[in-house]
Amino acid sequence: MDFQPTEDQKALCEGIRSFVEGQVPNERFPELEKSQGFDRALWSELAEMGVFALRLPEDEGGVGLGYSDAVLVFEELGRRLVPGPLVWSHLAAGLVDGAATGETVVGGLDLTSPDPQPLLVEHLESLDVLLVLRRDGVYRVDPRGLAAKPVEVPLDPLTPVHEVDSLPEGERIGDAAAAARLRLEGAALVSGLQLGLAEGALELANAYAKERQQFGRPIGGFQAVKHLLAEMFIKQEAARAGAYNAGATLDAPEVADVERAVASAKVTAGEAAIRNARTGIQVHGGMGFTWEVMAHYFLKRAWVLENAFGTQDEHAERIAEILEASLG
Amino acid sequence: MDLRYTPEEKKFRDELAAWLAAEVPAHGKPPSVHDWPARRAYDTSWQRKLFDAGYAGINWPKEYGGRDATLVEQLIYFEEIAKANAPYVGVNFVGLLHGGPTVMAEGTEAQKQAHIPRIIRGDEVWCQGFSEPVAGSDLAGLQTRAVRDGDHYVVSGHKIWTSFAHVADYCELLVRTDPEAPKHRGITWLIMPMDLPGIDIRPLPTLEGEGEFSEVFLENVRIPVENRVGEENDGWRVTNVTLRFERGTAFASDMIQLQAYVRNMVRAAKKITSHGASAWEDKALRREIGHLYGELESLWAMVKLSVCEAKATGVPGVGASAVKLYYTDVYQRATELSIRLLGRAGLSRSDVGDLSSHLFWNRHFNAISVSIAAGTSQIQKNIIGERILGLPKEPKAAGA
Repeated sequence: MDFQPTEDQKALCEGIRSFVEGQVPNERFPELEKSQGFDRALWSELAEMGVFALRLPEDEGGVGLGYSDAVLVFEELGRRLVPGPLVWSHLAAGLVDGAATGETVVGGLDLTSPDPQPLLVEHLESLDVLLVLRRDGVYRVDPRGLAAKPVEVPLDPLTPVHEVDSLPEGERIGDAAAAARLRLEGAALVSGLQLGLAEGALELANAYAKERQQFGRPIGGFQAVKHLLAEMFIKQEAARAGAYNAGATLDAPEVADVERAVASAKVTAGEAAIRNARTGIQVHGGMGFTWEVMAHYFLKRAWVLENAFGTQDEHAERIAEILEASLG
Repeated sequence: MDLRYTPEEKKFRDELAAWLAAEVPAHGKPPSVHDWPARRAYDTSWQRKLFDAGYAGINWPKEYGGRDATLVEQLIYFEEIAKANAPYVGVNFVGLLHGGPTVMAEGTEAQKQAHIPRIIRGDEVWCQGFSEPVAGSDLAGLQTRAVRDGDHYVVSGHKIWTSFAHVADYCELLVRTDPEAPKHRGITWLIMPMDLPGIDIRPLPTLEGEGEFSEVFLENVRIPVENRVGEENDGWRVTNVTLRFERGTAFASDMIQLQAYVRNMVRAAKKITSHGASAWEDKALRREIGHLYGELESLWAMVKLSVCEAKATGVPGVGASAVKLYYTDVYQRATELSIRLLGRAGLSRSDVGDLSSHLFWNRHFNAISVSIAAGTSQIQKNIIGERILGLPKEPKAAGA
């Protein structure tokens, strides 16, 4: 057993990190808000970096890497709040032509758990294909011409949302097992994004706590603030362990219960993303409550991701079922 | 990142599991917590069995009687010990996980030969003489005085929270040898035999009404200079070596056992009924327990991450300092939930109506102690804030 990012994995993260830091700096957020969080040029570049083709076998034009690599990549995307239907397009590589290369932008809707009403779809206007996960299978729906209207104020300024009036059944392209599998993989990747959010929120708050002076000293020198930041660090490390464990267990399913590992990751990383975003705002004081400071983006994205591929509550219930079954 | 075990690691696990399956039931039930001689006998004879089977001193060099296992094998060891519900270190805690590792790291060859093999065999029990009534979180403010007299230190002072003092053969003792120096630079680390004249041990009952603490009063106790570990006045550095061990893997088996505890909680929830429905039928409770169990999986993954980082770099990773705090948090929430579950049955600390009240309360009290022992959670958060996040340091008292 060697549960540590390898040198190759560290290099992969470094590459993605420097790319997204260059392409999605804070200064770009106002412009991204105007384009509703989607930029086709950025999308093509993410595709070129291998974000979507990462796990596709090399003979199918992919990078041929595993789930733990994917979790590490999504961690970096989350840390920089990179917008767009990243997880769905990654899941669609190999399933929908053009998803891996970024030519086809794929979004999705997970209807496997309690039928959500109203039906809200993210990034609808940017999508070429909409995947729908139902209990009995995976369906492909044409997003164009869908009876849907944009919601007036989406929660996350970089995640536009449409309310869909009626959803056609679409073309069935996978069975029930495939749908369950995509949901599992989706939850693992989202936990990577959530880990990234937890880290990004801490980095931002930590930098502010060192710079902001009150009573003649940096606020991070006061225990009340220092301890908030230490608590964010603990949540971040728990989320890291959970998300990496989900990726590594998907890569080696013989070692442990994959479903339990993924659900544990979604629970731990989901909590870390939300709590760290909240605490990050608190550390920023009044400025944290403004649109100017980046802190609010972390909170809003955290709640978008909380509701992707199962909430903490849903995953906690699943863990409880697995736990009960293990008692015999 | 690879979670798969090598064939050697699997073999190690299988052999250990088979050995534990035979030996744990044979060792019998632990004695009453009040019967200290019996507890010492129970814990040290188990240690001897581990030694005879080659499972004692799992991480220590073979030349001193250890197994010299790899870090991954140590993780497997903690997992299997917990799964088998084997006796844990008990009275051997300080020797195996605290004083012993310090002697191993900083002691002379003679000191290592004198103590390590005996600790590993369960022949020698240690206690810890660090904290004082005036020196808790500010441990470096300790005042127990040691004055050199020829080839002895003459020691007088008052130690507190001394675990296992009344059954210990030796004490890892921190004393002040230079009262003029800044407080971190006048401390010395000594090995004190507990049978020397001038040592008075008085039990200090914990809120559990039992427990393992004593106060130790020292009056002109003559400790040979050759019992000093490290240089005179260099004890603070030596101590930090020890604290690193204590904050490292000392809680690893407890973390795995906590998973079994939560499973017990589910069993209890199925028994507890109200208006004809079992507590387990309450969705909110199932969610809370599921959440905790998920966090326990992440916690164990945290331990694996930090151990594997240590394997690569030789030092525990930055995540290691978060492990104990996260463990404490999950542990306290889990045990508090079990107390909530007991409801009025929790008015009894003895088992009533087929419910494990005594187990739930014992573990909850223990959980409360974990955010105090080995550096309070507040001190640990200062350390994370300052050493990892690079925040400004706390103001230091004059003379520090």
